[in-house]
Amino acid sequence: MSRRIRESLPLLPFFALVTIFLIVPTATVIVSAFFVDGVFSLARIAALFSDTALSALWKSVLLSASTAIIGAVLGAVLAWLIVSSAPTSVLRRAVISLCSVLAQFGGVALAFAFLATIGLNGVLTLWVQEHFGWNLAGSGWLYSLTGLILVYTYFQIPLMVIVFVPALEGLREQWREAAVSLGASTFQYWRQVAVPLLTPAFLGSFLLLFANAFAAYATAAALVSQGSPILPLLIRAALTSEVVLGQSGFAYALALEMIVIVAAVMIAYNALVRRTARWLQ
Amino acid sequence: MTNGVSVELNDLTRVYGSVKALDGLTLHIEPGELVALLGPSGCGKTTALRILAGLDEATSGTVSVDGKDLTRVPANKRDMGMVFQAYSLFPHLTVLDNVAFGLKMRGKDKGQRSSRAEEMLELVGLTAHRHKYASELSGGQQQRVALARALAIQPRVLLLDEPLSALDAKVRVALRDEIRRVQLEVGTTTLFVTHDQEEALAVADRVGVMSQGKLEQLAAPAELYANPATPFVAEFVGLNNKVPAEVSADHARLLGTSVPALPGSIGSGGGLAMVRPESVTVTADPAGTASVTSVAFLGPISRVFCTLADGTVVSAQMTSSAARAFGPGDRVTVGVEPTGVLVVAPPAKPR
Amino acid sequence: MRGKTLGGKVFRGALLAAFGLFFLFPLYAMADFSTRNLLAGGRTMAAWKNLITDDALYQAIVISLLLAVFTVVLMLLILVPTMIWVRLRAPWAKGVVEFLCLLPLTIPALVIVVGLRNVYLWVTYFLGESALTLTFVYVVLVLPFAYRAIDAALSAIDLKTLSEAARSLGAGWLTTIARVVVPNIWSGILSAAFISIAVVLGEYTIASLSGYETLQVQIVLIGKSDGPTSVAASLATLVFGFVLLLILALVTRGRRRPTAADPAVATPTPATQPGVPT
Repeated sequence: MSRRIRESLPLLPFFALVTIFLIVPTATVIVSAFFVDGVFSLARIAALFSDTALSALWKSVLLSASTAIIGAVLGAVLAWLIVSSAPTSVLRRAVISLCSVLAQFGGVALAFAFLATIGLNGVLTLWVQEHFGWNLAGSGWLYSLTGLILVYTYFQIPLMVIVFVPALEGLREQWREAAVSLGASTFQYWRQVAVPLLTPAFLGSFLLLFANAFAAYATAAALVSQGSPILPLLIRAALTSEVVLGQSGFAYALALEMIVIVAAVMIAYNALVRRTARWLQ
Repeated sequence: MTNGVSVELNDLTRVYGSVKALDGLTLHIEPGELVALLGPSGCGKTTALRILAGLDEATSGTVSVDGKDLTRVPANKRDMGMVFQAYSLFPHLTVLDNVAFGLKMRGKDKGQRSSRAEEMLELVGLTAHRHKYASELSGGQQQRVALARALAIQPRVLLLDEPLSALDAKVRVALRDEIRRVQLEVGTTTLFVTHDQEEALAVADRVGVMSQGKLEQLAAPAELYANPATPFVAEFVGLNNKVPAEVSADHARLLGTSVPALPGSIGSGGGLAMVRPESVTVTADPAGTASVTSVAFLGPISRVFCTLADGTVVSAQMTSSAARAFGPGDRVTVGVEPTGVLVVAPPAKPR
Repeated sequence: MRGKTLGGKVFRGALLAAFGLFFLFPLYAMADFSTRNLLAGGRTMAAWKNLITDDALYQAIVISLLLAVFTVVLMLLILVPTMIWVRLRAPWAKGVVEFLCLLPLTIPALVIVVGLRNVYLWVTYFLGESALTLTFVYVVLVLPFAYRAIDAALSAIDLKTLSEAARSLGAGWLTTIARVVVPNIWSGILSAAFISIAVVLGEYTIASLSGYETLQVQIVLIGKSDGPTSVAASLATLVFGFVLLLILALVTRGRRRPTAADPAVATPTPATQPGVPT
């Protein structure tokens, strides 16, 4: 037993770092959601069911689900375009590299990219104004839920490409040829072989995109300076002004809500990824 | 019993850019026959098979089955069963559903599919595994399921694309005998592609040796082995010694004897005779000009390696009991049995 | 069926062009927006000059770059020996270490920052108020990406044999790691380092909600009054990240050994990829 302890010693710095800066904050959130000033209380949890909180939750779910679906479908299409071009073509490698960069793009830069494009003085806004007389940015829709949906799609699609291309590539050519030699038409091949095989991967990717959008903060924070339509922004409000809903520590309950949802989605995602790996590796 | 049909590949050519994968291949397969296409990577054998299956298109030439031209018919309408090298079972379906797949494509109802699939599984001895998935089976079992799946649709032609290449040696031998047994039982015309000459000789009615898109020789295994038509065939099939020899008047003079020179040999002059190890004779002789370098024990047979006076190393194959008489350093006389040999031109440059 | 017809090709080309437009236009817009002279028309580099001349922005850039360097150094110092040790001496810990390294993917940065207050009360008590104290949290944030990169590199070499050979020749652990293992997993280390830099430079959530003025925080602050400068700074960050990726790709390509997918190495494998069949 002492041998095991000796062997663990060099691992101490790592465990210390992760415990102090990841486990402890997370535990703090979970515990503080239930304990007010050291006393067990469900007051903070109860606040989650207020109109403001529920509305923010609903909008977050809506934002995440819609961008996940759009990202999944469009991303799958782009992934198919990439995979069906020659394996070593420049185009293919360029697109995948670009997607790797764009998937990490998120954050503040993305907000400003769209401000520069279709913001009040955006390049596209001015161009369209000049040539068609329409006012693209007029209503300030960029800073609303609809605007967020558009902006989020910008990193959801590349993320989908990165996650889904391996699955598409895992569709072995032998399966198509075997199906064809057994008499399957193109439609029958897709319906009986390709789609059933790709469905877990597609669903899993959708879940990943959902979690990704649900947890995202920076872009929304940069675009929306006032108000808190979605959950992450409500957390910001709760942190920067303790007066929200008159509840101190409201942020803890909101953070708990966020992590419960994200964790649940990621667990489901992992289950699907395992199934995909078994079939398409 | 044969209920097979004849297959004709006529002057097939397949060009990829500047590469000629097939160069005028003509092949006729009799009903119920198993023809093996044998050759190294890149010789065109798989290309020919895929063109027959409809998975690839010939640049020119025709494909006929049972007298009907299939060149324009799409792959999924050709009614052929195909077994691939590996990984061709659908991973999301059970063994039974895999075997029944072709029947499902043909619109057979569940009852018919089940009974026929079960019948096929019994034919390959895998009934107990019917509810398993491909990932739960060994390589050999997967290929047997693939065979059952191909046969379930009662194909007119059975195509096997190096079905054993991805398997372990022992499994390979057992499975190739099984494939042959099943093929004979069902009687389907079969085209079997492989790069393993032992495999081809063991299962086929006739073997076609291919090189660089062309058919070098098409003959029964024994004929191919005893009378290779070209140096390539002689080299590729079976083991060879290359012994310096003189050719004149259809005879080759080597190792102190004169033996018939096979058609395909050089016309006259000096060359290298391709002699099979089992045709080499070794006799103990204190005055002999050759000496034994080593003896390799291979179980039922052994190979005795001898160095001749001119430095050529020759291997002789004999029963292990006979080989016991020889040891390294022994002086011997090396001779050759009076069977025909193929004499090829000596290499242009010294090695 | 694979788009070999002209119509198919045109359709696919159009689709790709549409995607290309959607993704590349905002980048172009950023370049245009940040160089636009609002008063006199035409181009100006005023916004870009601000990156250096604007004091607050410049300070933020410096702090963020320092933060990135500190994070990479601390991450490598902690992660590389840990992963090597787990592989060689404590294989039972592999599951735990991997789980902990991938955990930050599931716990949003937003949640971490909410619970971080108490921890950072202690950190600032001991280490002061500088933004550089964010290093510790940032190391945690980059763990998933760094772990994957280094793990891939470690899997590609025979760590056990290499280290045993070094130790049998008299090298201590430090020498073994520094002079034998590290040079052989260099591509993984570079990969981890560059990804970490990109993450740190782009991080906003924890920095802003903890009250530190890093690059991204500053960009958002400036954005309220000076659009072009913010856009310029954002584009600069992007381009920098892209350049890092490019360097990484070029450097690791040179060191990559030919694989079975390399057409120059004709290793016959069971047919998995379509090509010129035999």
